[in-house]
Amino acid sequence: MKAKSFLSLGLLLIIVLLIWGPLWMMVTGSFMGAQEINEMIGPVFGNEDKMAGWHLIPRFPTLKPYVELLLDSPNFFVMFWNSCRQVFPGLIGQLFIAVPAAWSFARYSFKGKKPLFILYIVLMIMPFQVTMVSSYLVLDKFRLLNTDFALILPNIFSAFPVFIMEKFFKAIPGSLIEAAKIDGAGELKIFMHIGIPMGASGIVSAMVLGFLEAWNGIEQPLTFLKDRALWPLSLYLPEISKEKLGAAMVASVIAMMPAILIFLYGQKYIEQGIAASGIKE
Amino acid sequence: MQELIKKFTYEGKGAMTRKKTTMQKRESRAAWLFLAPSLAGITLFILIPFGDVVRRSFYEAMGGKFAGVANYITVFNNGAFQLAAKNTSRFILTCIPLLLAISLFLSVLVMGQRKLGDFFKSSFLIPMAVPVASIVLLWDIIFDKNGLLNRMILMSGHQPVDWMNTSKAFYVLVFSYLWKNTGYDMVLWLAGLSGIAPALYEAASIDGAGAWKKFRYITLPGLLPTAFTLFVLSLINSFKVFREAYLIAGSYPDNSIYMLQHLFNNWFVTLDIQKMCAAAIIVAVILLLFILIVRRYSGVREEDL
Repeated sequence: MKAKSFLSLGLLLIIVLLIWGPLWMMVTGSFMGAQEINEMIGPVFGNEDKMAGWHLIPRFPTLKPYVELLLDSPNFFVMFWNSCRQVFPGLIGQLFIAVPAAWSFARYSFKGKKPLFILYIVLMIMPFQVTMVSSYLVLDKFRLLNTDFALILPNIFSAFPVFIMEKFFKAIPGSLIEAAKIDGAGELKIFMHIGIPMGASGIVSAMVLGFLEAWNGIEQPLTFLKDRALWPLSLYLPEISKEKLGAAMVASVIAMMPAILIFLYGQKYIEQGIAASGIKE
Repeated sequence: MQELIKKFTYEGKGAMTRKKTTMQKRESRAAWLFLAPSLAGITLFILIPFGDVVRRSFYEAMGGKFAGVANYITVFNNGAFQLAAKNTSRFILTCIPLLLAISLFLSVLVMGQRKLGDFFKSSFLIPMAVPVASIVLLWDIIFDKNGLLNRMILMSGHQPVDWMNTSKAFYVLVFSYLWKNTGYDMVLWLAGLSGIAPALYEAASIDGAGAWKKFRYITLPGLLPTAFTLFVLSLINSFKVFREAYLIAGSYPDNSIYMLQHLFNNWFVTLDIQKMCAAAIIVAVILLLFILIVRRYSGVREEDL
């Protein structure tokens, strides 16, 4: 029995190495000087006959690549700001649109609720390939292509947060709501004073998952933003990688930071959210 | 207390089917008001344009003449579509079973780790947060012709492989997908595993069942509803692997990883709206049918979806 659990520990450690290894490389790479990084991974981007290598710990750790990227690449800030501008308003919009919708599905029974909810599930399942033409047509009609709104609006009306939050709202004990009703609280009051506080972890879960999704978005900006000046970080990163290796490493790390910070802060909520995305009712 | 709550909710439900009181009317009005903004947005931004897509798929691009299924036939006969559909199906059929099996296996291992369980769970989840754009540079370094993986292969005395620009690119994509999604699936498996009553295992132990028997006759059947959910979610996520493919190899990658999204993007550049409309509907229909078929044969009960 002992040997068995030892074996499973060893196996897990090896597999975890596949995850931490690349991340470690990214972080250490960002502290390497230009010469070291070129020596390490230059062969990948040049046509040399040498092979790439890696120092587990940089020989001459330096902050120079960070300084260079932050001082000499105004582009980087523009793209970072583009990402923020395109992601956060969408999430705030979800708060006003998806939260009440989820509340409605979770707490009320009304005619047509079931087919409507199935419609939301189907919309959630559909990949971008299916909806991109229709999104394009409607964004074109409203002359929103090539603006931040082309990314924000479809995100606001995403079905995914409705689906996640519905689970959490459903878990609120009915007796609590009945009690509030007996005390004479109106529907809006119940929503604001019981629904939102009691379902807060569901709302946070949906927001965190939504953030990760939007921050990593590639397909939408690629399709709806022709103007490169509007491109978010996720599209811009691969552009720099081939020219300045050091800067590319740093840019990769910085682009990852918001997502990792939110992950570390919200891991509990991410797990709850994923568990709630179990389609089982 | 539990009983009381139950009675309460049952009475509530009973009243619902009886006469409509003013209270119920008020509630139903509130429900629609809460739902209205979302429903209006979805109608305007998704349903109506999608209706338009359905209509367009049956019409000619020029002159607006009814074309019947001509657009569909064009799409089905299109070589690029056949390639993309084949690759996407191959990818889905390879990755989803692999992902489900690996993440389940790892979940069972993680369950057995008391102290380090949380550490492992976090570790597997982290790739979810890592932007694809950040990881692409690393994949270049690792999988390039002169990259680290080939260096290791050389050192072990084998011939290096051009991972990115040959049909091997498919496996790089499979690896990326597994790398990114194992944690997500693991959380769901763990939730499913913790839902199985420990008493079942104890009883089985008393009856002398070994680890495999317990897994086969208690764990697997107990996880069936979770498995269906996981299948659907993994399917959704498998369409997102285009991100890696695009960032690694651009708009025209190796033939083995030319996915539906590449095709749509390339049609998009030439604004082949009619073809795209027909193809979007084909994908939607096939996807829904696939889910319904799996649902039927996985023995999931009616209330599970």
